[in-house]
Amino acid sequence: MNLFKISWANLKDKPLSSFLSGLLMTLGITIISLLLLLNKQLDEQFSRNVKGIDMVLGAKGSPLQLILSSIYQIDSPTGNIPLDEAERLTRNPMIKTAIPLSMGDSYKTFRIVGTNKQYVDHFEATVGQGVLFQKDLEATIGARVAETTGLKIGDTFSGSHGLDGNGEEHGATKYKVVGIFNPSSSVIDQLILTPLSSVWAIHEHHEEHEHEGEEPEEHAEEDHDHEAEAPREITSMLIKFRNPLGMMVARGINNNSKLQAALPSIEINRLFDLLGIGVDTLRGLAVAIMLIAGISVFVSLYNSLKERKYEMALMLSMGAGRTQLFGMLLLEGLTLSLIGFLLGLIMSRIGLLLFSMRAERNFHYSLNNLSILPEEWLVLGVAVLIGIVAAALPALGVYRMNISKTLAEE
Amino acid sequence: MLQSHQLTFAYSPTKRFSFPDIRCNDREAVLILGKSGTGKTTLLHLLALLLRPEKGSVTIDQTDLTQLPVSKTATFRAAHVGIIYQKPHFVSALSVMDNLLLANYLAKNPQDKNRARELAAHLGFADHLNKKTHEMSQGEQQRVSIARAVMNKPGVILADEPTSSLDDVNCARVVALLREQSEQIGASLIVVTHDQRLKDEFSNQVNL
Repeated sequence: MNLFKISWANLKDKPLSSFLSGLLMTLGITIISLLLLLNKQLDEQFSRNVKGIDMVLGAKGSPLQLILSSIYQIDSPTGNIPLDEAERLTRNPMIKTAIPLSMGDSYKTFRIVGTNKQYVDHFEATVGQGVLFQKDLEATIGARVAETTGLKIGDTFSGSHGLDGNGEEHGATKYKVVGIFNPSSSVIDQLILTPLSSVWAIHEHHEEHEHEGEEPEEHAEEDHDHEAEAPREITSMLIKFRNPLGMMVARGINNNSKLQAALPSIEINRLFDLLGIGVDTLRGLAVAIMLIAGISVFVSLYNSLKERKYEMALMLSMGAGRTQLFGMLLLEGLTLSLIGFLLGLIMSRIGLLLFSMRAERNFHYSLNNLSILPEEWLVLGVAVLIGIVAAALPALGVYRMNISKTLAEE
Repeated sequence: MLQSHQLTFAYSPTKRFSFPDIRCNDREAVLILGKSGTGKTTLLHLLALLLRPEKGSVTIDQTDLTQLPVSKTATFRAAHVGIIYQKPHFVSALSVMDNLLLANYLAKNPQDKNRARELAAHLGFADHLNKKTHEMSQGEQQRVSIARAVMNKPGVILADEPTSSLDDVNCARVVALLREQSEQIGASLIVVTHDQRLKDEFSNQVNL
């Protein structure tokens, strides 16, 4: 027998109202935790992959789409650009590195990206097994690709046109897996990398066999214009400036060429601003739910204290201190808060896993870092505070109680 | 032993009570009889120091309760006085056993499950220890509150109308058990009632 046991017995004695208060608390904390987790992990994923890329050069279109497709590999590319023009524009003292990317094919929904060694170095990815691609049609695959598709070194596979895995297969030419990257927690985990020239080789080959004499196939956007003698094309270039003045280059390209230069820092901020409205609204809702949980604790304790007035007087007459009883009532609010917090943490992790499963299926991104965030301790503090305040208001009545009068009344 | 001396109490200038002196030695019993409105419950609360008297003194085992500082009265009452109320009230969320142990806990004594079981066996509710109190009959509940009053072996047992809601059979049983228990622990038993059925059970009587 102790105060905690009495508090617990009191909560159990009113299962429905305890359940309601606990449920509201759980719900509020689940939403807040889930938002914190998602926010942090998206932020991490986004900033990890954008690190060191100051500008993306690609075809005209939505700058956000260009960024999403070239850096994060989650949207369709905006179209193709001639390699020589891209190279001409990036031959500029302000520009330190320019990494060419060519995409448009995939294998089992994993994107095949033609690029060079600079791309790998940029993400500080290391080859775990085998070697890095060197010749045409050699591929080094990301860790998650290997895990999901079961491809091993020496295996061959043929890419299919398009990024959704439903495109027509380039059956005649096969890529050969020569290496697998170590997991790097970057976008490389979910990519199949191959030399830039492989992509050209595949499509030239493809043309010879199936579209002889016809217009060369364009592989990123269906209605993109094409000359008959196709110059070498790429999808985009990831560019790093030598110094911040490189921003000026972007303006020059946008004004004076047929290409587009997009700045990830601006576009990603814009994206987060858009998301932020939704996140803020949800967060406000979650705080409101937690406050309602507090009110629910308050109302149910207030009501049950009216019924338990005699019990309180009885316990006081049996030697209980008023502070002791006050503490006992606080414990009831506190217990509900803690249960709500604990269940909320668990629920938010389950929610994150579900979300991550979807994100992985659709975008091959996984968000499954389930550790407790520092902000969540703050949430715990707020939950505890709400529980204590909600319990303290009615519980203060214990200090005003007239024992003799209460006992004589019944 | 309990002794009161010239107790008076006023709820308001027009509603005041002065009480006859009461003296009850260890192992003795005193019946205080009075009709409604004669201040029976007020007297009992004064004896238990749930109310502070306007004048006069209450002495339990050589301690003058009226001289105790407020902070000590709860502890003193828990250790030396067992109270039985007219309607048996309990902490409804707790089991019968826990309600008995609560008396130990609140008096800061070690929780004696064996004593609770012995008392339950003796007072005839051993099968109900794990039930909630509201699942028992009035007579059973009143026997549980007797057990609770004697859990800490107090020097004084005060009973406020312990039999008024009981039928004759239960009334006789409760009175017998009250006397037996208080004699066993050597306590002074003071019963306040308007119940005329108790008149013949006590030789020592005070009329209000």
